[in-house]
Amino acid sequence: MAQPFMKKDDDRDDEVEYSPFLGIEKGAVLQEARVFNDPQLDARRCSQVITKLLYLLNQGETFTKVEATEVFFAVTKLFQSKDMGLRRMVYLMIKEISPSADEVIIVTSSLMKDMNSKIDMYRANAIRVLCRITDGTLLAQIERYLKQAIVDKNPVVASAALISGIHLLHTNPEIVKRWSNEVQEAVQSRAALVQFHALALLHQIRQNDRLAVSKLVTSLTRGTVRSPIAQCLLIRYTSQVIRESGNNTQTGDRPFYDFLESCLRHKSEMVIFESARAITELNGVTSRELAPAITVLQLFLSSSKPVLRFAAVRTLNKVAMTHPMSVTNCNIDMESLISDQNRSIATLAITTLLKTGNESSVDRLMKQITNFMSDIADEFKIVVVEAIRSLCLKFPLKYRSLMNFLSNILREEGGFDYKKAIVDSIVILIRDIPDAKETGLLHLCEFIEDCEFTYLSTQILHFLGIEGPKTSDPSKYIRFIYNRVHLENATVRASAVSTLARFGAAVDEIKPRIFVLLRRCLFDSDDEVRDRATLYLNTLGDDGSVVETDKDVNDFLFGPFDIPLVNLESSLKNYEPSEEAFNINSVPKEVKSQPLAEKKAPGKKPTGLGAPPSAPPSTTDAYERMLSSIPEFANFGKLFKSSPPVELTEAETEYAVNVVKHIFDRHVVFQYNCTNTIPEQLLEDVIVIVDSSDAEEFSEVFSKPLRSLPYDSPGQTFVAFEKPEGVPTVGKFSNTLKFFVKEVDPTTGETEDDGVEDEYQLEDLEVVSADYVLKLGVSNFRNAWESMGPDCERVDEYGLGPRESLAEAVNTVTNLLGLQPCEGTEVVPPNSRSHTCLLSGVFIGNVKVLVRLSFGLDGPKDVAMKLTVRSEDETVSDAIHEIVASG
Amino acid sequence: MSPPPNELCPSVKNILLLDSDGKRVAVKYFSDDWPTNSAQEAFEKLVFTKTQKTNARTEAEITMLENYIVVYKFVQDLHFFVTGGDEENELILATVLQAFFDSVGLLLRGNVDKKEALENLDLILLCIDEIIDGGIILETDPNVIAGKVASNSIDSGAPLSEQTLTQALATAREHFARSLLK
Repeated sequence: MAQPFMKKDDDRDDEVEYSPFLGIEKGAVLQEARVFNDPQLDARRCSQVITKLLYLLNQGETFTKVEATEVFFAVTKLFQSKDMGLRRMVYLMIKEISPSADEVIIVTSSLMKDMNSKIDMYRANAIRVLCRITDGTLLAQIERYLKQAIVDKNPVVASAALISGIHLLHTNPEIVKRWSNEVQEAVQSRAALVQFHALALLHQIRQNDRLAVSKLVTSLTRGTVRSPIAQCLLIRYTSQVIRESGNNTQTGDRPFYDFLESCLRHKSEMVIFESARAITELNGVTSRELAPAITVLQLFLSSSKPVLRFAAVRTLNKVAMTHPMSVTNCNIDMESLISDQNRSIATLAITTLLKTGNESSVDRLMKQITNFMSDIADEFKIVVVEAIRSLCLKFPLKYRSLMNFLSNILREEGGFDYKKAIVDSIVILIRDIPDAKETGLLHLCEFIEDCEFTYLSTQILHFLGIEGPKTSDPSKYIRFIYNRVHLENATVRASAVSTLARFGAAVDEIKPRIFVLLRRCLFDSDDEVRDRATLYLNTLGDDGSVVETDKDVNDFLFGPFDIPLVNLESSLKNYEPSEEAFNINSVPKEVKSQPLAEKKAPGKKPTGLGAPPSAPPSTTDAYERMLSSIPEFANFGKLFKSSPPVELTEAETEYAVNVVKHIFDRHVVFQYNCTNTIPEQLLEDVIVIVDSSDAEEFSEVFSKPLRSLPYDSPGQTFVAFEKPEGVPTVGKFSNTLKFFVKEVDPTTGETEDDGVEDEYQLEDLEVVSADYVLKLGVSNFRNAWESMGPDCERVDEYGLGPRESLAEAVNTVTNLLGLQPCEGTEVVPPNSRSHTCLLSGVFIGNVKVLVRLSFGLDGPKDVAMKLTVRSEDETVSDAIHEIVASG
Repeated sequence: MSPPPNELCPSVKNILLLDSDGKRVAVKYFSDDWPTNSAQEAFEKLVFTKTQKTNARTEAEITMLENYIVVYKFVQDLHFFVTGGDEENELILATVLQAFFDSVGLLLRGNVDKKEALENLDLILLCIDEIIDGGIILETDPNVIAGKVASNSIDSGAPLSEQTLTQALATAREHFARSLLK
């Protein structure tokens, strides 16, 4: 076809592959395109040149504006030829060039002629091309033809018009919406794909009219849909209707579920899978509804087709997150997939098994995975590592085999992300499973002996510094740490010095020995390492005596650093050397700082429950700092909890107000965050008048007005209440915003002098019992439960009356109590008649609370509940019961 | 979570036909996810290297890359790929792949390799154009697709009356030469 430029090939090997496009050049092809202008068109030659042009475009070559215009005009000449093949290439070429609006006019008449041609192929393609390149004005001219084409008896023409309609709906919705009668007719077409395209367009035209969509779905689910793809589409529309209608039927039967279920018996696998997937994704799907879908997916797992196996295992993997029990039936099929040739399928199978597995199957599973790990890529390995981490948190007693597995794979080859995932997992396990601490730390120590990643080494050293001194025999880690000082780069050495110092500061017995090591570091070649060693030696008391380290020194060296580095940096830049030394207290702390990872562990005193709070303390800290800056609140004591903001106004009103409830031991402070959204107004003396007549036990003690509230700069006003100490007092408050309005000229910013007093009604606010409870998880509920002991245990039984489901009852009680569900027990396995849910948290007054909720079905819908509360204080145990009794 | 309504329609993000070195034979993108040629080439490279070692010669294979579902099938030195979003029904994508694969097979009369594909690139491009329009599935029956493409092909197309005299002579000479060689 093309004449190859042989010169270019001289420097290539002999085995150059033959290609018709060898040595093709844009300039030469553009020259060749002149044949389009010949008075006697050579159709074959012209087609070849178009193919070459398309080849160039396909290879990523671009045409300049001028070149594209030239090619376009030349191509339009080819409409003179009656050669069908050439015409087809012309259509393709015009679509690829995507001409500009003024150029389109040139081909419009030719294309409109083709749209009315007797040849179906011309009609169909001319429609597709014209609709691709047209704008709104032209569309009005050809609308008539398009409507005709939609109901054309040739399916290719009808499909072309319908698909064009789908594309045009984005740019010219008003016009396309006028075609709905024709489209409706096309939905009844006997041609399978016409029906599919018509259905897609009709739904898009009506998508904002819920009733119409619902009607459409109702009529089609009863009728016949001819193509599998159209059936898939109908399933998607049906799920959407189900989603939007909510499951509000009393009988518990979901509308259209029967239709989805019947599609599971369709002859096309595509439809079977679509409906199975749709069922698994239903909101609040029950195990009864799931069962038939799981059955067909299970059959797919042993299909000979990889695509089917993949689709099935991927869907089951998602189901396993919410309904692990429903998937356990597939475990045997799943296990055989571990050896699947397709590693994506194998990885999905393994992670599914890790989610559904029970305690007894862990060891067997780990054996299978070990063989599997050696021959998959890093990205799959990371997925597996993460799944193992969550498995270990689920079954803490199995930490030994899981930790061993992690340490084994840590020793093998792998990239940074993979190693980091493993290290992160070990760190999390050490934090959450106390028993795993010592072995985990030793694994990490061994890893840094031979670790090529500076970042990981420093992270581990830092972590060792925090956790190591708290172990039974801290001295055994010193060797690993001091080896770093000999063998590593400066960054790691500096890190190791800090870690040594932490051990020295925390463990008095080994302090003298640590000092010997630190003194050796004074001769390091790197100044950071030397500086650190000097600092530690001086501050920790370099007299070699065994003395307890001063608390202030400890705080200074290892305490949390709560000044945002950005602020510190800018303050230091602004500091001008003078008599006065730089004062770190002058650095503003306002910017929300990233909570430092180390803050968690050393900052809080070790709790009997094992784990530090899971929520990052940053927002509470910010609130605490802000409130303590207001003198009137200073004597309220420690802030117990701050609620998330509750909106008191609708969106887009004149004044936007939300409120944060701050709970103290004997006080409640409402923080009203107000925003003025009117540029012409300035508000002054803004205050919220709170009517607490529905909250008898609260008495207002103080309110702090907001001096001025200019446009679009939020401000706060506060109201404080006194309440009985340590009790979860509840009540309802109605709020009115009160202020003086002053007119502002938005152009000059001038404010008028006299204001008018005005009021603005806000929505009511409630203080509920959950406000007095902090969510705080424990990793090992049984340990915590037993160590708490039955001294202050309170047990009682409650009838919850008829409930929609067990899961709904669990959810309601959990929300009412505001406690943290532990060990995944908030998920109710489908089909169960009883369930136990474990909750933990902290009650106001800093009293730890553990709750064991046992639910049982009593009769068809009635739920009975046994509530066992253990806490450190029996009045708190009683209070928890009261919450349930009065809720 | 659930896709917006207008995204409910099954859709294809791209169709790729690469050679055994991962170079383009013919590609078509229907999505803005890869706005530049270099982004497209990077995706092709990823897809090629991640699937290269698998055996996709008897059954279509499947994998997930960067949150896209990719189904693929290889024959000779040609690698066929169809890409969809991660919410797409895998079996619909596989149907599109099979349609592409089979209709190319029909159009190349069973000689499916890179050389043949490049020599008939016009047919391959038309074939893609007949399967997907702007990401929406137009047709999946390989016989129908190949029929639509082939009826336009140059060899069967141009009636004699359209040919110039020299061309007609050339054709005649070709026929003559061929009959002599037999």
